[in-house]
Amino acid sequence: MELQYIAYLLGGLTLGSALMVVLSPHPVRSVLYLIITFFLISANYILMNAQFIAIVNIIVYAGAIMVLFLFVLMMLNLSKETEPKSSIFMKIAAIIAGGGLLTVFISAIKKASLMTPSLGVDENLGLVKELGNVLFKDYILPFEISSVLFIAAMVGAVLLAKREKQIID
Amino acid sequence: MVLATVFESGLSMEYYLILSSILFVIGVVGVLTRKNAIILLMCVELMLNAVNLLLVAFSNYHGKADAQIFVFFIMVVAAAEATVGLSILVLMYRNARSVDIGLFNKLKG
Repeated sequence: MELQYIAYLLGGLTLGSALMVVLSPHPVRSVLYLIITFFLISANYILMNAQFIAIVNIIVYAGAIMVLFLFVLMMLNLSKETEPKSSIFMKIAAIIAGGGLLTVFISAIKKASLMTPSLGVDENLGLVKELGNVLFKDYILPFEISSVLFIAAMVGAVLLAKREKQIID
Repeated sequence: MVLATVFESGLSMEYYLILSSILFVIGVVGVLTRKNAIILLMCVELMLNAVNLLLVAFSNYHGKADAQIFVFFIMVVAAAEATVGLSILVLMYRNARSVDIGLFNKLKG
């Protein structure tokens, strides 16, 4: 019974910090709130017995991607003063559009009929052993293709960010 | 007693459906309101995470591991997207000395 309240608390904290990502005017603070959001989402994963995904979420998102974002932000030396402002008309339009989207989602969820949850679920489902079996038996081809994608992304990022030589002939 | 899923404690699936819908909509509103291109990319990551959360919830609900593999692949694609997107941003900043997306409407006839 207490698990339910922990889930509600975690969900509320996740929504609050996600909202602060959008609302905070300082870009570095936005990144820090996004890191907090990722840690809270990892806590949600642990609550749902998905330990492997929770750890990978912390390592990949909070560890690698957000450090990259923070690095670029600090390299570009952005601050609150240089932060571009959007017009009040744009903000109102965005909130109306988002509210409309949320209304559509919630009304679709209310109409949907869900299956009853499977009760005899294996509690080791989210562990590395089980996921590794599925990954290397059924999903081996997408796994190999994703490594090609990574090499392409790495080469692309290096080529894009490299300073071009100014010398002609 | 070890609970296999959080749903056995009486939590309903609708809770996670609504939670990740709201997270996704926060990401959409962020993309629409902010003008800093880096924060735009961050809001895209937030939307991807909302989808990941829902996939893990459904994986746990149905007792199948396949959705968690999809989450793994979404993370792979997000990492690749972030590296390429950020290097394009650095290139943009080098040309215009700003990351304001309002300055980059030059394709508009």
